[in-house]
Amino acid sequence: MKQATTTTRIVPDEKGRFGAFGGKFVPETLMNALTELEAAFEEATQDPAFCGELNHLLSEYAGRPTPLTYAERLTEELGGARIYLKREDLNHTGAHKLNNALGQGLLAKRMGKTSIIAETGAGQHGVASATVAAKLGLSCKVFMGEEDIRRQSLNVFRMKLLGAEVIPAVSGSRTLKDATNEAIRYWVSNVEETFYVIGSVVGPHPYPYIVREFQKIIGEETRAQILKMLGRLPDEVIACVGGGSNAIGMFYPFISDEAVALRGVEAAGQGVDTDKHAATLSLGRPGVIHGSLTYLLQDEHGQVQEAHSISAGLDYPGVGPEHAYLKDSGRVTYTSVTDAEALEAVQLLCRTEGIIPALESAHAIAEAIKRAPQMSKEEILVICLSGRGDKDVLTIQDALEQTAEGGEQ
Amino acid sequence: MTAAVNRIDRLFEDRSRKRFIPFITVGDPTLEATYQLAQAMVEAGADLIELGIPYSDPLADGPTIQRASQRALANNISIIDALQLVKRLRDSGMEASLVLFSYFNPVLQYGVERFFADLATYGADGVVIPDLPIEENGPVVEAAKKNGIHVISLVAPTSESRIQTIGEQATGFLYCVSSLGVTGARASLREDLSDFLSRVKASTKVPTAVGFGISTPEQVKAVAPHTDGVIVGSAIVLEIERHEEQLRDPAQSEEAVAKIKTFVQQLASALQ
Repeated sequence: MKQATTTTRIVPDEKGRFGAFGGKFVPETLMNALTELEAAFEEATQDPAFCGELNHLLSEYAGRPTPLTYAERLTEELGGARIYLKREDLNHTGAHKLNNALGQGLLAKRMGKTSIIAETGAGQHGVASATVAAKLGLSCKVFMGEEDIRRQSLNVFRMKLLGAEVIPAVSGSRTLKDATNEAIRYWVSNVEETFYVIGSVVGPHPYPYIVREFQKIIGEETRAQILKMLGRLPDEVIACVGGGSNAIGMFYPFISDEAVALRGVEAAGQGVDTDKHAATLSLGRPGVIHGSLTYLLQDEHGQVQEAHSISAGLDYPGVGPEHAYLKDSGRVTYTSVTDAEALEAVQLLCRTEGIIPALESAHAIAEAIKRAPQMSKEEILVICLSGRGDKDVLTIQDALEQTAEGGEQ
Repeated sequence: MTAAVNRIDRLFEDRSRKRFIPFITVGDPTLEATYQLAQAMVEAGADLIELGIPYSDPLADGPTIQRASQRALANNISIIDALQLVKRLRDSGMEASLVLFSYFNPVLQYGVERFFADLATYGADGVVIPDLPIEENGPVVEAAKKNGIHVISLVAPTSESRIQTIGEQATGFLYCVSSLGVTGARASLREDLSDFLSRVKASTKVPTAVGFGISTPEQVKAVAPHTDGVIVGSAIVLEIERHEEQLRDPAQSEEAVAKIKTFVQQLASALQ
């Protein structure tokens, strides 16, 4: 990351608010830890030694910068805008998650913490955290919903192999929301020695801000790469949104480039007209989840509803508060695609480009399949390919077999 | 109605007497059981009752109160049920202080202004919102003041330099979190608890009450000299859970309530 100079950020403000959203809605026990974290982050990012060490790890260990790939055959297939893929799938551990885990891991070490904890949905952030813990010599506990442990058994084994302890969350829907609850409860109990590595731009301030700062390298690289390749900025940038960290990382460096359209894609699950979806920004209302005021899927009494998506990384009933802010300000357009559309997108990208995308990233591809044909051949469309799909192949296989059986009946 | 003195202020006028504060979840296992239990707890020596509104994502609660929340949510309990329970208790002549415990999101969805106006109308005295630190509670405190309701602040062993500010702003009483972590019974209390409690007392004019992890008469006795009140939640909720079937059965509920009353009596009498 670039060494921070004077603070020029507009959001969040000093209270951690992105417009009306964000803030710190957490038990008093955690408030001091959040203040300390914010101070440590500001101090670290102004220290050339910290930035140097992070940059070294990002290039020599993670393999950054990741390529920007021209998707020639996908472009031909869709017959519209020229499509470029930002290859976060080629980042070490197979997704963008490592960018943030490395940053927070280094921060944990700098603050003198010996153990880190993390929550995970699809397992990508858990794997990234376990990886960083191994690399930096920290102990690591990963909280993961029981349902996700079942869906993502390969990632569970990877975390264990990397030396992390995987703790099943058995409450509620037993997915990411509940894993996050359990991680926060553990943190409240062990706050003095534990660093909580949050995996997305969610949670109480300063987390949405810190995670954005560690993920904005995605957009910074993309912007520089496309300028170098084509001498101009893209017309549109698409990224999937669960909590929304790859999207914020991709969008943030383009926010003031007003000619660049930004589209965030949520999971519509079985459809936005059913009760099985994760389209928080489209169908939620403002509420508080995991310490942050943001759009939230909830019932009339404020009870949090369960989100559904074929992608374990997207079925979260909340969303990062900065996305809530960008939606209300109109700077980013948010749409959603269904499980079925995401599955179609997986197959198309495999066939045309030889890339198996993560189910999360397939939502961005699916949106591009709709958008590209509506754009001219001179226009440029960038997709954030946030992760690779190896972890999902069993889920994809099951879903495709079910579709095939359904088709025969 | 704002002219009347808040029952919490009246309760703590005489600080020589320590106050016993039980917590139960509204609608666990039924609304009728909560009504009976509240009456029984006052007879057993409770001076103030904390009534928990169930929430889908109770971040500050351990497994015991999580399960209570789930049992109550299965009965579709919401804020309005808690308010109606308060009214029913008042109509029966109950004069003990009644404080609702709710996470912030249900209050936000109910409407902050409407919530505090209704607390006053239905006869409640205060509210504890465990995920609303002082940085975020401005509009809530304003609405509460307008309606003569106390927003009870929490202070934790990790609050450190925040203790002074929290203590100065506190109204009603100050809820001192006796151990790090979520609610739930614990075998032992922190060794530095009395240091923490004396720092809190020095910071504030309002009375203090200690909670989180206190589950036995011995622990109540140990904490009592350092505080004006003792809060017990999970230990009582666990007793309710043990008698869930009987409490649900009208033929057996009276006996179950009596047993829980005896349990509460043992805790309350350890205070004096």
